[in-house]
Amino acid sequence: MVTRLSFLGVIARVFMWAFLLALAVVVLYPLLWMTLNGFKTNAELFGDPFALPLDWSFGNYAKAWNRGVSGYLTTSVLVTVTSTVATVFISAWAAYGLTRVDIPLNRTLTAAILGGLMLAPTVALVPLVKLFQAMGLYNTFWALLILYTAFRIPFTTFLIRAYMIDLPREVDEAAEMDGAGRWTAFWRIILPMCKPILTSTVLLHILFTWNEYLFAMIFTSGSGVQTLPVGLTSLMSKHGTDYPVVFAGMVIAALPVVLLFFLGQRHIVKGLADGIGK
Amino acid sequence: MRATLRRTLGLAWVVPALVLVGVFVYLPLVQNLQFSTLKWDIYSGEQEYAGLDNYAKLAGDPVFWSSLGNNALYAVVSIVFQVFGALLLAALIEGVRSERLQRALRAIYFIPSAISLTVAGLLFYFIYEPNLGPLNHALRAAGLGDLAQAWLGQESTAMSAIIAMSQWQGFGYSTLLFAVAIQRIPAEIYGAAAIDGVGAAGRFFRITVPLVREMTGLMAIVTLSGAFQVFNEVMVMTAGGPDNSTQVLGTWLYRSGFVRNNFGYAAAIATVLFVITLGVAVAQLWVTRRRRVEW
Repeated sequence: MVTRLSFLGVIARVFMWAFLLALAVVVLYPLLWMTLNGFKTNAELFGDPFALPLDWSFGNYAKAWNRGVSGYLTTSVLVTVTSTVATVFISAWAAYGLTRVDIPLNRTLTAAILGGLMLAPTVALVPLVKLFQAMGLYNTFWALLILYTAFRIPFTTFLIRAYMIDLPREVDEAAEMDGAGRWTAFWRIILPMCKPILTSTVLLHILFTWNEYLFAMIFTSGSGVQTLPVGLTSLMSKHGTDYPVVFAGMVIAALPVVLLFFLGQRHIVKGLADGIGK
Repeated sequence: MRATLRRTLGLAWVVPALVLVGVFVYLPLVQNLQFSTLKWDIYSGEQEYAGLDNYAKLAGDPVFWSSLGNNALYAVVSIVFQVFGALLLAALIEGVRSERLQRALRAIYFIPSAISLTVAGLLFYFIYEPNLGPLNHALRAAGLGDLAQAWLGQESTAMSAIIAMSQWQGFGYSTLLFAVAIQRIPAEIYGAAAIDGVGAAGRFFRITVPLVREMTGLMAIVTLSGAFQVFNEVMVMTAGGPDNSTQVLGTWLYRSGFVRNNFGYAAAIATVLFVITLGVAVAQLWVTRRRRVEW
């Protein structure tokens, strides 16, 4: 295809590139500024916000780490790992039952599980606090694990179910002929075939859990089981005069998910596109 | 008989998911309705039946109405930037010839969506800060020092400042999804249009827009639903202040229940939130049920 380069066309292209690049700067500059501030001193920060740090030492990062970030990070990692395993496993388990096992009331049960997608967590807040207080789980790690799992099961089941429906029936018949029980068929045959969608759901769940704030703030305030999003706000209120330390904490919180995004970009895009597009 | 038993045993597959969703998602929803009819002090633990008093109080609460207004403003701005803006941007990116550049642009724009709203909120809290904040510094350097102000500290600008941060954080997410939708359009359609002499604007309005209509509808609904659930960014940046000017339904619910100790009133706000989000969810079902665009 031959494109004629008209004068107007060139102008349009120049404008388009200027716009795309300006937007990239608007997105990246605040993040760069945040990272650089983690290396500055308070005086430098107040002096000229655009200047580079004089001394590239990791002192602020060490301070942030020692002032609680190590604890928040540990809680975040624990909650993220356990709730990811629980959510994806329970959802895959349910998706298998809904798509490949002959069970009564299949359509109703599917609607009941997926219907949870429509409900906003904020709406359930007050009763959930009472419920967790009654169960003695308020202000514990368990509260977050349960909430993150329960509230993400509908979405995760929805994604895995959509994928399992499309797997050919012959697979199940072959498994049956080999004398495999339901459990073996699920664990050894169907789950491995679902690897692409399982990867997307794992990544999406990690992104969600790592960044969740509402439940984390209400169910763990001041109890030593705070996650990074809540911990950062405590760091801010406790050491709010030592800004560079707060910035260092923010970088420590942001870095893992940004790296994860770059490593898993393809799968995240696929998961999001499938999940919302179906 | 045995067959029925076997079918019933099959329910074991769905029981864990059903129990968790039932106990922690549906049950609280029903309880919330009941709680909203109570006058309830958390500390004394006293509860008494109050009928629709909480709702009557809600109707006469100016902060409730301004919160609802703030959510609506949030929704309108987000739809402009994260649905229409993102669609246009995605089309621009897909028009870039080099695939590597396309990928790089999509990834760069997405980064803010990967970091938590807490990090993004704190970051912009500093950017808007009147003395050390780079925004005021930049304005002064550009000779626009008169415009420098305490962005989050005054009623006239605080809400807009929070909404602006939200757009920065969220537009890359919808751009990425629109880019995926555009990639699904067969290249031949664009090729044919180019041969027919249809210009870039024509291709955008006559091919891209109609063929990603389904994604546009879904994004509008996801964005709308998100705008009424806003909580984190407001909590981190202003906690609803100054003088309740940035209060949204989520933060007003939190404040009423957990700061001012009135669970019944908070539950009534939650009911309003529920009705709105349910309405949006029903619209979502309606959009997805419609026949999918074929190509």
